[in-house]
Amino acid sequence: MELKTKVIAEDGKQDLLITREFELPVELLFKAYVEPEIVEQWMGTKVLKLENQKYGGYLFETIDPKGNKYRFSGAIHDVVSNQTIIRTFEFENMPFGVQLEFLEFEKLTDNTSKLTMHSIYQSAAHRNENLKLPFSYGINVAHNRLQEIVNNLK
Amino acid sequence: MNLRRDVFQAIADPTRRAILVLLASQSMTAGAIASNFDTARPTVSKHLQILTECELLKQEQQGREMYYHFNPEKMKEIAEFIEPFRNMWEDRFNKLESIMKKQK
Repeated sequence: MELKTKVIAEDGKQDLLITREFELPVELLFKAYVEPEIVEQWMGTKVLKLENQKYGGYLFETIDPKGNKYRFSGAIHDVVSNQTIIRTFEFENMPFGVQLEFLEFEKLTDNTSKLTMHSIYQSAAHRNENLKLPFSYGINVAHNRLQEIVNNLK
Repeated sequence: MNLRRDVFQAIADPTRRAILVLLASQSMTAGAIASNFDTARPTVSKHLQILTECELLKQEQQGREMYYHFNPEKMKEIAEFIEPFRNMWEDRFNKLESIMKKQK
């Protein structure tokens, strides 16, 4: 299967760019970012707060099977329907600090759209710590899911 | 001396990146590499040493001369560093796409 998500992380820089084209109208792509119950499904997290407006904020929480809580939160700087979300992002208690995120939603055709996510970190070192995340956290999550499935089999 | 150097530390330096670009298409001696840079020869030697220690370059003795080769396998490891992160987003976005397709 062709991989549609591209990540550009230039060496020594403190930002990264994620792009993805979707077989979805831009309105549906945008909706997936602003409707709490939809965010919960694809991010695999609980949405405790999501205020999609200027001066708003958000708080997501994920609890793994061991009961460990992971919180993701930020301030929402600006929201333009079907176009832009500007917000901060923080994976609490992680070594990569707070990021500034520019999300651009772009209509390609009536049924296709493109998301461009530009994240700016405090430093190149902070960014590289985030890039390492799937090695530790991601693998743990997969492991926990596996554990959950195995537990259900018992 | 570090026994094992970090590849990312190695490619963080602009001169070392220029050396890798130079050697991508041909093998060269230390002298020939140094002649491409304004920096002092011992500085270039130091860079070559670091690149060799982290296996981005390989040395080969040809007669009296030592040639440096580029090691593409090691470079591939650097590209693969981003891969798990990219896969994490690929999974999320695939999920997003399939959920939203049902909403149509």
